[in-house]
Amino acid sequence: MPGESRQPRTPPARISSKRVPGGLFSLTASVGSRQFITIAVLVFVALGLAWWIVTKAGWVTPLFLPPPGKVMARLQELAVSGKLLDDMLISIYRISLGFLISTAFALPIGILIGSYRAWEAMIEPLVDFIRYMPVVAFVPLTILWTGTGDAQKFLIIFIGTFFQQVLLVMDNVKSVPRDFINLGRTLQMPESRILTRIILPSAMPGIWDSMRISLGWAWTWLVVAELVAATSGLGYRITTAQRFFQTDTIFGYLLLLGVLGLATDQAMKWGSRKLFRYLRQSR
Amino acid sequence: MTASKLVISNLGKTFRGDRGDVVALSGVDLTLGENEFVSLVGTSGCGKSTLLSIVAGLESHDAGSVTIEGKPISSPGLDRGVVFQSYTLLPWLTTLGNVEFALLAAGKSRKEARDIARGHLSLVGLDGFADAFPSELSGGMKQRVAIARALSYRPNMLLMDEPFGALDALTRHHMQELLARIWEQHRLTVLFVTHDVEEAVYMSDRVAVMSNRPGRIKRIINIDLPRPRTYEMMGSLEFTRLQREVLAEIRAESIAIAALGDALA
Repeated sequence: MPGESRQPRTPPARISSKRVPGGLFSLTASVGSRQFITIAVLVFVALGLAWWIVTKAGWVTPLFLPPPGKVMARLQELAVSGKLLDDMLISIYRISLGFLISTAFALPIGILIGSYRAWEAMIEPLVDFIRYMPVVAFVPLTILWTGTGDAQKFLIIFIGTFFQQVLLVMDNVKSVPRDFINLGRTLQMPESRILTRIILPSAMPGIWDSMRISLGWAWTWLVVAELVAATSGLGYRITTAQRFFQTDTIFGYLLLLGVLGLATDQAMKWGSRKLFRYLRQSR
Repeated sequence: MTASKLVISNLGKTFRGDRGDVVALSGVDLTLGENEFVSLVGTSGCGKSTLLSIVAGLESHDAGSVTIEGKPISSPGLDRGVVFQSYTLLPWLTTLGNVEFALLAAGKSRKEARDIARGHLSLVGLDGFADAFPSELSGGMKQRVAIARALSYRPNMLLMDEPFGALDALTRHHMQELLARIWEQHRLTVLFVTHDVEEAVYMSDRVAVMSNRPGRIKRIINIDLPRPRTYEMMGSLEFTRLQREVLAEIRAESIAIAALGDALA
């Protein structure tokens, strides 16, 4: 039986970044995962160091940019008192539920309008229309509608993420190759099965990535909602700190938000690698 | 020729667009006998893929008729296996899973599907790759899985749309030999679209040359080379003569396009 698999396979040439003209910073240079992490960590360290030097040298007023040591001490103080954990838990609760509600609506609608052009005509322009309305302008309205409780936070997260998610999911579904759908047709699969057995699994890695990206925005809208009207949460703490010029608290919480965001993002990326193992080329 | 399997008569297809209509096919007549291997060749854009899509039931037509064993076709069906140029292996399924997918859609039980799928993977020489994912396969291997999948549910006609068009020359030759072997052992009616004249002559019983837009069958050339076809035959005088004959017909079309271009310029 002829077959190219029989031919001796030459092992893929190891592309070392050193051998590529221009080294690490040439267009096609490969960067190993260890190298990647090292570079990423170095950037954080460098920024931290710059922060420390700038404050240590007294080039800026501590009120504008408090030294890292003071920020850390403040965070520790809040952690010991239990406030930090309380703020974090309530905010995580709000974003989890808000994001889930938004996703629960965005997935079916995005899949629907990505698969059927008639539904797209009905919904897509409307979504685009609302998408351009600034979310912040909805804050007073949402307070009027739902008060200042958790429901208002969910609503702001929903308005901020749902309309973006729908369009992202629609694009993910649209990028399913036409031939995949034609394959289902030639196998005489009913439309509903083509949708569930071909279109959905095919669009899934892209949808997952869209969720990862929109989760980042959800964090922003949560803090916006908490800044304006809340009695708890990370955003609330930042507002109170602002009243007393406690810039160390503000900086501490900003860092904390960054860490939380980075952690969820990494978790989503890890999940993607586990769920869509088949996409990786290992041979 | 034995009994007619596929009869295309006076077929017409017009694509309607915002910038005017394009007549893709007009007055196409072609008949395929039972277990006959026919290639469709022509310049790019002559409508050969459109014709194949219509036979597959994936595209509608607006004039004439297409019948299989006397019954007009209007939708895709399990009686026709289709192999697309773009492999169309589902990336989340293994090689075996991809073949099983078709068999399960065709109503086979899990057990049956597994056995038949294994058998067909070995038919295309991929026994050792049942658990590999498409991302781990070369282009030629992917297309072999696609062929195994299209044959697995026993369609009585195979429609292939430039199946080897994306492969390198060496792999393409391997695939042509493999398909010729399979076809010679398990005869079935094949409509094969290609732009590779050598491939068309090597594989086919007859080669149908299409004219430019609007596409129609310009000439049908019988390939009276003996079976089984061997790779050595490609060097024979008769092979070269047939190849030249087909090429001359296509070339006349290309020249017509160039002349038309000059006239418009």
